[in-house]
Amino acid sequence: MNVLLGIGGSDDSLRALERTVERAQAAGDELTIAVLDNPESDREVDDIRSRIDEVLTAAEFTAEVRRVTGDPGSRLVDLAEREGFDQLVLGGGQRSPMGKIQLGHISEFVLLNSPVTVTLVR
Amino acid sequence: MTRDERPYPDEPAGSFPEPPVSFEDREGRAIEIRPYEDDDETFEAVVAMYADFDPADRAQGIPPATESRIRDWLEVLLDGLNVVAWHGGEPVGHATLVPDGEAYELAIFVHQDYQRAGIGSKLIQALLGHGRANDVEKVWLTVERWNHAAVNLYESVGFETAGSESFEIEMSLRL
Repeated sequence: MNVLLGIGGSDDSLRALERTVERAQAAGDELTIAVLDNPESDREVDDIRSRIDEVLTAAEFTAEVRRVTGDPGSRLVDLAEREGFDQLVLGGGQRSPMGKIQLGHISEFVLLNSPVTVTLVR
Repeated sequence: MTRDERPYPDEPAGSFPEPPVSFEDREGRAIEIRPYEDDDETFEAVVAMYADFDPADRAQGIPPATESRIRDWLEVLLDGLNVVAWHGGEPVGHATLVPDGEAYELAIFVHQDYQRAGIGSKLIQALLGHGRANDVEKVWLTVERWNHAAVNLYESVGFETAGSESFEIEMSLRL
């Protein structure tokens, strides 16, 4: 399967990175990682990229890493459709102090607009 | 919305009774709302209420689905301010203010056998009375936008919509 993972730098997106790399390795999936602009996250793009390198190196797994600028949700959906990905993967939301799950704007847009199956990683 | 961006009403909300609060619900049951007493018996009773919670009443992942997760989750809530509604020796509702920087996040739960009897309204008022007595000034919450009963309850005590651009409505109140 051809999997596209979107990462904007929130904690849940970095958890999704680790789990998706594990999963792709186990399932023999092709993985592309899109580094997105997430206005809801403070992490710098360079930090996100080095985190991706660490995870891939530790797993001894190869994935294509792309920088995707502009509106993150719509760019991701567009990329999935244009390049024929089978599945989109995103972080499954952040938890509030009392443990309520809150989906970010990227997830909401992608869930409503994606033409392909979306996985939210918990 | 991040903590620093969240708007709060300029004016403080109205007055709220401080617990303990006793009343008869619309089914004629004697209900008492008291601040959470920190002992094993109360903890186990509240865990049992949540373990019996109707899955359809879950919202945004809480209360958690399994007893061990309920225990971990309750431990977090108990760092904040909590009130419990009792019917005889059994908890039938629980409301909480969990610290979030200088503000508090609010949530309220009423067991399915005790809903639509006016308990939620008394419970949230008692929680806010308890909060004000403990110097809480800013309270916020999120609610799923289709949950009109909950939105109406929050508006009835003075919550105002702070943000509604996502699946959840965010509301805030000044005490």
